[in-house]
Amino acid sequence: MVRLLRQPLPWALAALLALTWGMPLLKPLFAAAFPALDRPLYEQDTFAQLVWAHLQIVGLSSGIAVLLGVSAGLFVTRQAGREFRPLVETLVAMGQTFPPVAVLAVAAPLIGFGEAPALIALTLYGLLPIVRNTIAGIEAVPASAHEAAEGLGMSSWQRLRQVELPLALPVMLAGIRTSVIINIGTAAIASTVGAKSLGSPIIVGLSGYNTAYVIQGAMLVGLLAIVADLGFSALARWVSRWRMSEAG
Amino acid sequence: MIEFLGVSKSFGDAAAVRDLSLSIERGEFTVLIGGSGSGKSTTLKMINRLIEHDAGRILFQGQEIRSFKPEDIRRRMGYAIQSTGLFPHWTVAQNIATVPQLLKWPAARIAQRVAELLGLLGLPPDQYQGRYPHQLSGGQQQRVGVARALAADPEVLLMDEPFGALDPITRGALQQEMARIHRASGKTIVLVTHDIDEALGLATRIVLLDQGRIVQAGTPTELLRRPANDFVRDFLGRGEIGIKLLGLETVAARVRPNELAEGEPIAATMSLRDALSVFVARSVERLPVVDAQGRPLGTLYFADLLRSAV
Repeated sequence: MVRLLRQPLPWALAALLALTWGMPLLKPLFAAAFPALDRPLYEQDTFAQLVWAHLQIVGLSSGIAVLLGVSAGLFVTRQAGREFRPLVETLVAMGQTFPPVAVLAVAAPLIGFGEAPALIALTLYGLLPIVRNTIAGIEAVPASAHEAAEGLGMSSWQRLRQVELPLALPVMLAGIRTSVIINIGTAAIASTVGAKSLGSPIIVGLSGYNTAYVIQGAMLVGLLAIVADLGFSALARWVSRWRMSEAG
Repeated sequence: MIEFLGVSKSFGDAAAVRDLSLSIERGEFTVLIGGSGSGKSTTLKMINRLIEHDAGRILFQGQEIRSFKPEDIRRRMGYAIQSTGLFPHWTVAQNIATVPQLLKWPAARIAQRVAELLGLLGLPPDQYQGRYPHQLSGGQQQRVGVARALAADPEVLLMDEPFGALDPITRGALQQEMARIHRASGKTIVLVTHDIDEALGLATRIVLLDQGRIVQAGTPTELLRRPANDFVRDFLGRGEIGIKLLGLETVAARVRPNELAEGEPIAATMSLRDALSVFVARSVERLPVVDAQGRPLGTLYFADLLRSAV
């Protein structure tokens, strides 16, 4: 228990939960800090609703990005998909050169307002680190491990599942981590096309000169990113725990 | 057991193996030797279909190897390589269990086999089975690699320069263990090396390759006594052929019983090559010989080194 308390993750998580439900308690504080504002606390939705909506957008778009990115990365490192590698790499790099705001500007008139254009923009934007790290991770698997796996009689599926994926996982996870952290920050712009997220108080605050709203949204976005980052860091330690065992 | 009939293989325009015919009998320890680019590794890898041959036929127990599924034939042949290829994320026990797992042995049988193999290769199971490869020395890793190749009791053991990356002392120890495992199990072993002393020490049959062709095949003694041409003589090391012949035999073969010379005794298991060195270093003509338990066996005469026993 004491060991758990020495980790930053439980503290960051506690701070996030406290702020999510405790924000109304800070109303006097914001009122004192911004005496010129009539409404110093964002009250159109509860912050719990906003955090939940934000998590849904991030979870869905990152989930799709992981699914697509890992599949594409694995496909182009197979014998059959080798030729498609330059094409995939170019497409994915292009996906990241388009700023999500630009994608939203193009997508919203085409498919309407709401969550759909936001999900498309965020998914495209998050693909690059995942694809790139999947390829790098698979390529870093030692050639001797490959040869031994094949020579000992593993099928290509068994080689992938038992040797390549576990050895590539730490690098792949680093890519997913980068993608998700960027996504948590970027998802705030989903509110510009009408999707509810932690970006809502920020956008409303910016357009209405309400600095308190902006701070309230930004604090939660920041804390969410920190919690996710610490969570991934713990997960990364766990998937490569075999590396940590001391030298005999 | 394994038969090559007019087998050829090229990579692009470069021919790696040309019209190679070779028969490997059950229980033989065959060593494929040659310089780089001689086709020795390619020849080995064609046996378990890691490399597919272009022309000719390769038979395993009388059947064309293409009639087997590649995975099936590989699981019936142990495979060990120079850089060990141990899976870094698996413990020693999991690594050794690779092929038994693929063959879906029951867990209890696998655990028993792993312990047995670790014991056979001099790694106490309690101490080593839970370790990861990076926690082992190079020699220990290679022992685990050999144990993994032997795990499912394969009919054939294929080894691609297994001891190439080891220091001379560790290499010598592992070579002795391979010789012991071969004697004890009678397995058919095919080993690739570029080290002529390794070949002479381990092989029951040496196949010397150059540019994808067999230059000479025979027992170590045959190669040393009747090298086919200058290439073979050069490969064996021209000036050392006599010394290497002595290296093939032990003191026990030449000892005269019921006589005992003065001085520090030598072991009957010592090679005649090492005994020659002792003669010269001590400037004597007779050496007392003892067995492994230190009991006197007789005397080795310097002049007897010249007696041809083969």
